[in-house]
Amino acid sequence: MAAVSGLVWRPLRQVTVRDAINQGMDEELERDEKVFLLGEEVAQYDGAYKVSRGLWKKYGDKRIIDTPISEMGFAGIAVGAAMAGLRPICEFMTFNFSMQAIDQVINSAAKTYYMSGGLQSVPIVFRGPNGASAGVAAQHSQCFAAWYGHCPGLKVVSPWNSEDAKGLIKSAIRDNNPVVVLENELMYGVPFEFPSEAQSKDFLVPIGKAKIERQGTHITVVSHSRPVGHCLEAAAVLSKEGVECEVINMRTIRPMDMETIEASVMKTNHLVTVEGGWPQFGVGAEICARIMEGPAFNFLDAPAVRVTGADVPMPYAKILEDNSIPQVKDIIFAIKKTLNI
Amino acid sequence: MAVAIGAVRVWRQSRILGQAALLLLRRPGAQGLTISHPHRQQEQQFSSLDDKPQFPGASAEFIDKLEFIQPNVISGIPIYRVMDRQGQIINPSEDPHLPKEKVLKFYKSMTLLNTMDRILYESQRQGRISFYMTNYGEEGTHVGSAAALDNTDLVFGQYREAAVGAAYAAKRANANRVVICYFGEGAASEGDAHAGFNFAATLECPIIFFCRNNGYAISTPTSEQYRGDGIAARGPGYGILSIRVDGNDVFAVYNATKEARRRAVAENQPFLIEAMTYRIGHHSTSDDSSAYRSVDEVNYWDKQDHPISRLRHYLLSRGWWDEEQEKAWRKQSRKKVMEAFEQAERKPKPNPNLLFSDVYQEMPSQLRKQQESLARHLQTYGEHYPLEHFDK
Repeated sequence: MAAVSGLVWRPLRQVTVRDAINQGMDEELERDEKVFLLGEEVAQYDGAYKVSRGLWKKYGDKRIIDTPISEMGFAGIAVGAAMAGLRPICEFMTFNFSMQAIDQVINSAAKTYYMSGGLQSVPIVFRGPNGASAGVAAQHSQCFAAWYGHCPGLKVVSPWNSEDAKGLIKSAIRDNNPVVVLENELMYGVPFEFPSEAQSKDFLVPIGKAKIERQGTHITVVSHSRPVGHCLEAAAVLSKEGVECEVINMRTIRPMDMETIEASVMKTNHLVTVEGGWPQFGVGAEICARIMEGPAFNFLDAPAVRVTGADVPMPYAKILEDNSIPQVKDIIFAIKKTLNI
Repeated sequence: MAVAIGAVRVWRQSRILGQAALLLLRRPGAQGLTISHPHRQQEQQFSSLDDKPQFPGASAEFIDKLEFIQPNVISGIPIYRVMDRQGQIINPSEDPHLPKEKVLKFYKSMTLLNTMDRILYESQRQGRISFYMTNYGEEGTHVGSAAALDNTDLVFGQYREAAVGAAYAAKRANANRVVICYFGEGAASEGDAHAGFNFAATLECPIIFFCRNNGYAISTPTSEQYRGDGIAARGPGYGILSIRVDGNDVFAVYNATKEARRRAVAENQPFLIEAMTYRIGHHSTSDDSSAYRSVDEVNYWDKQDHPISRLRHYLLSRGWWDEEQEKAWRKQSRKKVMEAFEQAERKPKPNPNLLFSDVYQEMPSQLRKQQESLARHLQTYGEHYPLEHFDK
C-alpha cells in the first residue's frame, strides 16, 4: 500500500496503536539500557493488553519486570529507581488502578524536582489505558486526564492515533520530567496509516504541541484521545452540509497548547470541546477558562460549548453505557447549536 | 524398584529444603541470584507415589492436628545488646573494639545533636523557626547506624518503596552500595511498608529497613498500633532476615547495621532491624505529650536508660573522657550550634524567581510569563517590599 504525494513515492504502512506503542518502547529500550518496564503481567504474559508483546523475550528479566499486585508498591519502587538514575516505564493495567498509587505519582514523582530545588529529578513514565472501555463498568472506566492535568510537575499526554502513540511514548521516555501517558484500550487494535517519518527510530512527537487534524473555517473542535476520531467523523458529515470544522487533536493535556487553539478560534470564531471524561473541572472547562483569559475571547461569536461524558459513574447496561460517552451525533448537535443552525 | 528409590530421594530433598526454609537460609549465587529459596524452585519433582505436599505456594510438611499458630507477644524476639545500662560490655566477644577516636566521635555526635535539639526547640518557641522535631532519647539509633554505613550509601528518611527502587537500581549498577530506609513503628502500619518489604524480598534488593520503635506515634502507643510482636516479627513473614536490637545501645546498633550492610551488598537481600528505644521528647513542637503520658515514665528513660549516658559510662570506665572534657565540650558544642544558627539567620532569603523554577526541568511559558510579570511589578513598586532580605 503506497501513496504518491507530489513527486515523492512514500510507502505507507498500516500500524495499530498497540504496535506503535510497542515499537516506541522497543526502540527506547534498545537505545538506552537505563530504560526498563515494570508492571503487572508485562513480562511473560506480554502485557494484559499485549502492548509489551515480545519485549520480555528480547530484553529479559532485568529490563521487563513482572510485579506483585501492588500499584502503590511498584509505582513507589519505580520512583525510587528513577531517583537513583534509572529510567522506568511504570505500567498501570488501567489508570483506574493508579488511584492506589496516586501518592507516589503526585507526591513522590511530580513534586520532587521542585521540592529539591532542582537537585533531584524523576525521569519516569507512567502509562496505561485510560477512560471508558466497553462493558467494564464504573470502577474501570474513569478518565484521569483532568486529575493528572491538574498537577504542576507532571506532564500529561493523550495520544489518539498510531503516530501520536509512538511519537509521544518515545518523547515521554526521553523526557527528564515525570510523564503520564494516557492510552486508550479501545484504540489499541485500530490500525492507522504510518507515514515513513514515523518509521524512523528517532521519530518524536513533541510534548506540548497540538495537531490540526483537519483544517476548517467555521468552527474549532478541540479533543483528545479516542473522541478525536468521532470529531473527524462529525466533521465529515457536516462537510456535506457546507460546514467546515477545524479539528484539533490536543495530543498533550499538560502543558496545554493554547496557542494552537487560540489561533484557530481567532480564525473560526466558534469553539466546541469534546472529551470522554466528566464535565465538572474537566479538560473542556480548563480550555474555556483559558480562552476567556486570552486574546481569543474577543473573537468568539457564541459561547463555547463542551461535549463530555455523562456526569454519572459509568453504567454497566450497554444501552446506558453507549449513551454515557460522547457520540458523533452529540458532537454534531453541539456544533450546530454553537453555530445556531 | 527404581521408581521407589527415586521417590525416597525426592522426599529427602524436600525435607532439606523445608529445614532450609525454616532457618531462612539463602545461598547467594552469581549476581545475587538465590538458587535455593523454595519459592524460586522452577523444576518441582512431582511424584504421585509420595504423600508429600506439592503446592507451589509453600514448602512445608503436612500436619494432622488442628492447631493455630500462637503469635508470640509475651516472649517476643529477643533484644540484642552489647552494653548494659551502666555502659559495661556484657559479652566481650561482641565488643566491636572500636578505637578511641571513633567512640569519641560517636559521643560527640550524639551530644552535639542533643545540644542542637535544645537550641532549635527553644528557637521555635521564640518564633525564630516555624517547626521542629527533637531526637531526645534516640540519638543512639541515628549515630550507631550511620557510623556503620559507607559514605556512598543512600539514606531515605521515609519513602519505603522509593528506597527499594533505589536499592534495585544500585543492584543493577553493581554499585556496591546499600540503601537504608528509616521509619517509625507507626509508619510501619502504612500499606506501603507492606509493599516495600514484599518487593525488597522478591526483587532481592540490597536494602536495610531500619525501624525506630520509640513507643509512640504522636500520641498512639504501641499497644494501639499493633497486636503482633512489634515490627521485627513481620520480617520473616516476607522472607526477610530480621533482628531486634537495643536502640539505646550504640554499639548494638552499630554491630547489627554493620553486619546487615555487609551481607545486604554481598548477597543482594534485604534486612530488617527493629531498634527499640524511647521517645523522651514530644513528637514535635506542635505536641504536648503530657496529655497522654506520665512525667514519671519520661523521667525513667531520661535517667535510667539513655544512650548518651550509657556511652559516657563506657568512656569514663576506659579513661577516655572526664568531667573537665565534658564541661569544655558542652560549652564548645553550644557555641558551635549558636554560631551556625546566627550565620543561617543572617543569610538572605532565596530570590523570588525561585518560586517559578524547577517545577519542570524546562520552565513552561505560562510560568515564565508570571515570573516576568513579577519582575516588572517589582521594578515599579519594589520600594514597598522588603527586598533587602532576599537574595539578589
